[in-house]
Parts: sequence; C-alpha cells; structure tokens
Amino acid sequence: MSIETIPAALDTIVGEVVKMKAQEARFLTMTAVSLDEKTTELLYTFDQDLVMTHYRLTVPKDTHVPSISPVYFAAFLVENEICDQFGVVFDGLVLDFGGKLYLDEEAQRTPFCKFAVTRKEKA
Amino acid sequence: MAKMTLPFGPQHPVLPEPIHLSLTVEDEIVTQAIPALGYVHRGLEKLVDIRDFNQMVQIVERVCGICSKIHAMCYVQGLEELMKVDVPPRAKYLRVMWSELHRIHSHLLWLGLFADAFGMESLFMQCWRIREKIMDINEATTGARVIVSVNVVGGLRCDVDDTQTRWILSELDEVEREVRRLESTFVNDYTIKKRTCGIGVLSAEKALELGAAGPTLRGSGVAQDMRQLKYAAFDSIDFEPVTALDGDSYSRMKVRYYETLQSIDLVRQAIAKMPDGDIAVKVKGRPEGEILSRVEQPRGELFYYIKGNGTKYLDRVRIRTPTFANIPPLAAMLPGIELADVPIVVLSIDPCISCTER
Repeated sequence: MSIETIPAALDTIVGEVVKMKAQEARFLTMTAVSLDEKTTELLYTFDQDLVMTHYRLTVPKDTHVPSISPVYFAAFLVENEICDQFGVVFDGLVLDFGGKLYLDEEAQRTPFCKFAVTRKEKA
Repeated sequence: MAKMTLPFGPQHPVLPEPIHLSLTVEDEIVTQAIPALGYVHRGLEKLVDIRDFNQMVQIVERVCGICSKIHAMCYVQGLEELMKVDVPPRAKYLRVMWSELHRIHSHLLWLGLFADAFGMESLFMQCWRIREKIMDINEATTGARVIVSVNVVGGLRCDVDDTQTRWILSELDEVEREVRRLESTFVNDYTIKKRTCGIGVLSAEKALELGAAGPTLRGSGVAQDMRQLKYAAFDSIDFEPVTALDGDSYSRMKVRYYETLQSIDLVRQAIAKMPDGDIAVKVKGRPEGEILSRVEQPRGELFYYIKGNGTKYLDRVRIRTPTFANIPPLAAMLPGIELADVPIVVLSIDPCISCTER
C-alpha cells in the first residue's frame, strides 16, 4: 500500500504550493525519508476540509531545495527540523536556524539519515 | 522607545516544560517573537531502527504522558490499516472511551494551569481535584494513571466489565456536576475576561494559513476536528466540533471548557453503544508500504506517517504533533500584545513541549 501522491520536481514544487495556498488549503506538514545512500524523499502534505493532498519530491542528498516558507510561514519549523535531521538545505527559509534548531554547534552528523550527511565548513 | 530583546523561557513560571521565545519589545509592546526548540529533544522517531513495530507502541506512548493513549491509538490505527487488520467493534468503542477520558483530564489539567497563570489558585486546585477522578478511572481500568498502555496492534490488551462501566458512569456524573459548577467562573468572571478577551487574536483566515490545529483552530471559528474523520467508533457516535468565534485567548479557553463536557457525553455514548465481543485479533504478517494516520488529540490534530519494508522494523515513523503545528500561529499572535500578556497567550495554545520535542 502506498499513499496517493502528486510527483513534483525542484523547479515546480513552489509553484504547486502557491496553487495550494490559492485554494486555501491548510499546510499540514512535510515528511522526510532517507531512501538510500544518495536520495532523500520529501512529502508535502496539505489539508482541505479533511482531505489530504500530498506532493512527493525525490532529491539527491547534496541538492538544495527551495523553501516553501515564503508561501506558508508555518513550513519554516519543519524545514529547519528536516535540515537538522536529514541534512537537506532549504534555500530562502524565512527563519533559518542553520541546522541548529535541535543540534549543538559541535554536531557534525545528521542523526536521522541512515547514511549520514557530514556538515563541512565552507572553504 | 528603543527596541529590546527579551528571553521568555526556557525556564518560566507558566512553562512546565522548556521552550524559548526571543521577544523583541518596544516599550511594553511585543513587536516580534522568534521561537527556539530543542532543549529536551529525544529523537524518539529514530528508535524505529532498533525497536520493532510492536515495541514502537510503547515508544510512541511516551511521546507525551497527557495524551499517551491517543498517540498509541494513532500509531496502531495506521498500522492496522496498512496491514489490513479488522479490529473488533468493542475495541473501537473502548478506544473512544479511553481517549475521551484522556481529553477530559488533559483539558482539566490545562484549565487549572490557565487559572494559575492569572493568579486564581483556588480555581487551579478545583480543576486538578476534579481531574483526580479521571486519573482514578484510568488506574482502576488499566492499572496506570498516566501511561495507560492499552493499545496493541490489532486491538486492546484489557477490557472493562459491567461493574466498572457503571462505576465510570457514576464518577462521570459527579465530574460533570463539578465541572458545571466552574462554568460561571470560567465563562463570566470579570478578571478572566479582562485577562483573556481580545488578547492574542488569531483570525480564522490566519489560523488556516498558519496551519493551526485543535482548540487553537476551533477557537478561531473553524469547525475542524479529526473526529469528523470517523475513526475508531466515531462513525456511530453523535459528534459536532465545539467552536468559538473570536479567536482570542478567551475563545480558546471556552472551547476547551465545553470540550470537557462534550467528552463526558462521548464517553457515555461509547459505553451505551459498546457491543460485547473480543477486544483484539491476532495480527499476522509484517507492515509493508506507507500510510498516514490522523486523530484528534486534546491539543489538536495528531499526524503519523508510517513506512514499513516487510520486516519487523519500520523504515520510518514521523510524528507531527499539534503543538508543533501551533508554534507558527503562536509566533503570529504575540506581536502587538503587552509583555504582561505573553504568558497567557503562550498558555492559550496549551503547549505540550514533550510532544513537540518527541
């Protein structure tokens, strides 16, 4: 059994989310799943009159993902959480904790990845 | 007046659990609130790597003490749907009974804390004294007061007999009488109205846009409650969401007060309509695939994402708790209010940091 989802791509996800907002859908949450060594899956979930709509975005681990927090402010918290736990970097976050929402300064590994992403200092 | 940044929490008299808000104030007015989490984060979702899907029931019960039963119910209902397990009807009614008992004691706990926040110590003690009757029911029927641990995948691990249901009903009559005696204070008292009316307003549009859940959403006039999804035995129980229209702290308090009375009625309905029969079925196989499960916790919509891979260990359990959803609305409620009202508004979302820091 799997959830009925609408496939999304990096360049279309924000546009899809803008459409959901125009339909007055309530942002419910995002879910990250580490699929394998190289891939993370993001599930964007919305609710409208108790009916859920899901967008599924599959991205390589080192890819930056556009933040949907400029569209739905509520997404900033879960995007920061996913950044901490799975090492996914969101571009354009309205409130960016820089991977330290839960993690200490010294933490270098993203704890929820089955195959860990290590944080490195910028050159 | 120059801007100042003040820390609110992580330790504060109105916060039983640690959360931090960085408040920017001009004079006595809050202009910005930035939340910070992570003081007690436990990473419980990660335990799917070392605990099998049956053991995870006990893990998710420990996400939060106040609504442990409802966490477990959300999780097992998801797994039962994924594994195509047909739960006996009696178990569904018992799940409603225990989950509504949890809602009653959670709301009474919160009503007491809310009263304490504006200095009404006697009202605080009255709420908690009444709540003890519900805790006694939990203890007598499950063997535990807080983590009742009744759910298993496929049903329940314990039942109640006729003597116990008669006793529960008589205790609920007493609880209802005592809760109704507090109505005029909670709804009409001058001090309570002065401290809560028009404070921390969240419009219906804003509540939906910011993803608010539970009494925080219904206090803004949005009649949305996951019990409308008819999970467990709610398909044969009369239920309409409690709402209030003003979107302020007073409205959120009123929703919780009247939901306490409503939950008493729901327990009575569940007991009256409960059929005889088994309370669990044997579950065969292992979960494979993915599923979403939603139920209504005392604080709002609880969401579980479960992904199985055909082994006894799950690939992923993701928990979105109602307080996690209500933090962005809280950050939007605070700008524009006086600093002295911040504790009231923070409490008005009934923050459960234990849930949030799962």
